Amino acid sequence: MFRMIAIVAGVGLALAGSVEAQTPRKGGTIRMTAPYGSSFTSLDIHTTQRAQDEIYAKALHRSLYIWNSAEGKPVLELAKEDVVSGGGLVHTFKLRDDAYFHSGRKMTADDVIWSYNRIMDGAKAFPGARYVRVIEGAAAVEKGQAKEISGLKKIDDFTIEMKLTEKVDPGFYFFTALTSIYPADEGAKESFIQKPIGLGPFKFVEHVPGSRIVLERWDRFYKSGKPYADKVIVSVMGEAAARDVAFRNKEIDTSVLGPAQYVAYQSDANLKGTIVEVAEVFTRYMGMNPSFKPFADKRVRQAINYAIDTDLIINKLVKGKAYRATSWLPLTAPAYDKAMKPYAYDPAKAKQLLTEAGYASGFEFEWTTSQNESWGLPIVSAVIPMLDKIGIKAKVKQVETAVLAEVVRSGDYQAFIYSQASGPDPLAALKCFHSSTPQPACNYMTFKNAEFDKIVDEAAQADDPAKRIQLLQKANALLYEEAPVWFFNYNKAVMAVQPWLKGVQLNATELTHQNVEDLWVDETSPAK
Amino acid sequence: MLSFLFRRLLQTIPTVLAVVLLVFVLFSVVPGSIVSSMSDDADPQVEMRLKKQLGLDEPVYMRFGSYIAKLATGDFGTSFRTREPITAMIAKRAWPTLQLIFAAMAFAILIGVPLGFIAALKPGGIVDTIAMVVAVSGLSIAKFWLGLVLMYLFALKLGWLPSFGYGDGGLKFLLLPAATLGVSPMALFARTTRAAVLEIMTADFVRTARSKGMSETRVVKWHVMRNALVIILTTVGLQFGGLMGQAVVVEKLFSWPGIGSLLVDSVLQRDIPAVQGSILVVVLAFLAINLLIDVLYGVIDPRIRYV
Repeated sequence: MFRMIAIVAGVGLALAGSVEAQTPRKGGTIRMTAPYGSSFTSLDIHTTQRAQDEIYAKALHRSLYIWNSAEGKPVLELAKEDVVSGGGLVHTFKLRDDAYFHSGRKMTADDVIWSYNRIMDGAKAFPGARYVRVIEGAAAVEKGQAKEISGLKKIDDFTIEMKLTEKVDPGFYFFTALTSIYPADEGAKESFIQKPIGLGPFKFVEHVPGSRIVLERWDRFYKSGKPYADKVIVSVMGEAAARDVAFRNKEIDTSVLGPAQYVAYQSDANLKGTIVEVAEVFTRYMGMNPSFKPFADKRVRQAINYAIDTDLIINKLVKGKAYRATSWLPLTAPAYDKAMKPYAYDPAKAKQLLTEAGYASGFEFEWTTSQNESWGLPIVSAVIPMLDKIGIKAKVKQVETAVLAEVVRSGDYQAFIYSQASGPDPLAALKCFHSSTPQPACNYMTFKNAEFDKIVDEAAQADDPAKRIQLLQKANALLYEEAPVWFFNYNKAVMAVQPWLKGVQLNATELTHQNVEDLWVDETSPAK
Repeated sequence: MLSFLFRRLLQTIPTVLAVVLLVFVLFSVVPGSIVSSMSDDADPQVEMRLKKQLGLDEPVYMRFGSYIAKLATGDFGTSFRTREPITAMIAKRAWPTLQLIFAAMAFAILIGVPLGFIAALKPGGIVDTIAMVVAVSGLSIAKFWLGLVLMYLFALKLGWLPSFGYGDGGLKFLLLPAATLGVSPMALFARTTRAAVLEIMTADFVRTARSKGMSETRVVKWHVMRNALVIILTTVGLQFGGLMGQAVVVEKLFSWPGIGSLLVDSVLQRDIPAVQGSILVVVLAFLAINLLIDVLYGVIDPRIRYV
């Protein structure tokens, strides 16, 4: 299903076709861009959860699993085999015995254990702790109550046993760069931050802060014949207009497009063929605080969903660079229910629901927003008159994106508009609405529904994948009915790719995160 | 001279302390906290460990005291985000920023000062009119827009220069960002020079020089230019400080690895030690350049004495 959606969504079909038809060329330079800000946060990838940093990390580092875009799921990367026992809680991983760090040393089980223990150092607050915490005993290390994660055991140099606290697919927890495996000896040194060493297909050459990272081919990479390219340059380019000039000038091979550029590239015959797009696992929504009296009533929340002409906003303001959200789970989630229809635009029904809830003359609320063009102030400004028609007045409170994140986590709002990861693991995404999930974790609307909890708990325990999907669909439908949010859209990620760059993967977790060893450039690339 | 320098250096201490205090207080009261943004869904016990690790478990006045004590030893602290020493982070960015600012200033001086001079020699003439149109436009144009126009023209259309990046730090990468940053001071220098020259041309000592039979070239060279330079130099000194602030936009647009982009990133990421360090370096640079300008006054005009 994942592949199907990607193909339907993808405009770069000719590009994909040509990948299959040609033999990958060895050599050349891949010139990627990092579009989400002006600098990389750190060369210690354990310290940063920004999408920006993972772009270079995909070339430099490797984790236990990797995201497979074609299959739409995480697959084993540094391990060859995972044997599950103990009622689904114990995973015994047979590690690769051909993975070499860029220092030339072979990776062993000690490196995996050392890396996960490092991530759980509570005094450092590594963001990957949220994933490693699923291993038994990891939380105790984080709190300083233990020195080593008790649920991790070395069987031999290339075998580890991992005992989990709950029955989940560890692939979803250990595929991002946040859980990259570091060399235990080098990783502890101060110099590691200046010259990082990883297991990825490219090794570190140079970092010019605020400008670029340069990496070159690692000849002892464990995938035979890969990587194809000699060099990868990741340039920091936060300004869309500057990226546009550089892309047209053939100075870069990839460029993420915003709504305005998406329209411009579609209408330009020379650029239209460069567009690649995919439905990413992010849901944009307006969260409503149930402790604000009107929002405690389900009918009010439903009324808001009926009162907003969501399609109009997506088409006119977001320029079609989004997919209409039905419920929480995005198009690319395995539990997405195609049969489900979104809330219709029906102001009369909205007014009726408001009247039934005792708000016939409406009410006023404060709406906290950032300036984001796709899910911030422009959207709020368009929605306000629509809500006004049914008597609801919204007062805007504008904050910086970083502040909004804290407002959302602390619950200090009446309503907010946000973009939140709703995948790739549908169970984890829906668990955000489980009453046991703390608000700062991701239950931002402090959603509490006994029936929902029961369905999600059953899904978590289900051994049969089909049964699990069915239960998750049921939970997703219940969310639709309860409408804790205004379901706005799922992000459509759009990237322009030069015709000479091949092997681009439609990665629904983040389009800019490419498994660089699969990319290659043909002889028409202007880069040496 | 030495006592003058010593006195001026002493005068900078309260300025630096005031800036450090202001930045420290501002970042203590702005909404949001580095701890909650870093620890995400961690429990209170873990948050407390993190606070302790970052030294944020102490009262503000104690943190300020220990910060000042460290500063006195040249220790700017450690980044909350990258765990790198701030001095190392700034050191990596200092040279590109200096390159950019000095190149922009050279561009501004080499074009702006002669332009203002020529305009003043024939006020109301065609050169004067064109020069002042250029000057007003230069002051009005937004840097972001100008940078894009230059990129479009010199990179995309003419293919002469790269549109972005630092490359090897060479001239071809420097030209477009420096020109973008230098246009505004160039315009200001042209206007200031014109006004200064026009005023000096009507001064008594110039009239005296002419009445003594001195050639116009000698009058301009020995009397007008020299006296105008004192005024121009003051403007140049002030512009250096201004450019350090304005460089932020240009650095971001051209992916130039300077202190400006470090400052913006640090603010957005609530990396307080990095913000404090970046601002402090900008302030120190501003003070140093102005001190240098004060010294140059005496070289240009021997009538100025250091008291």
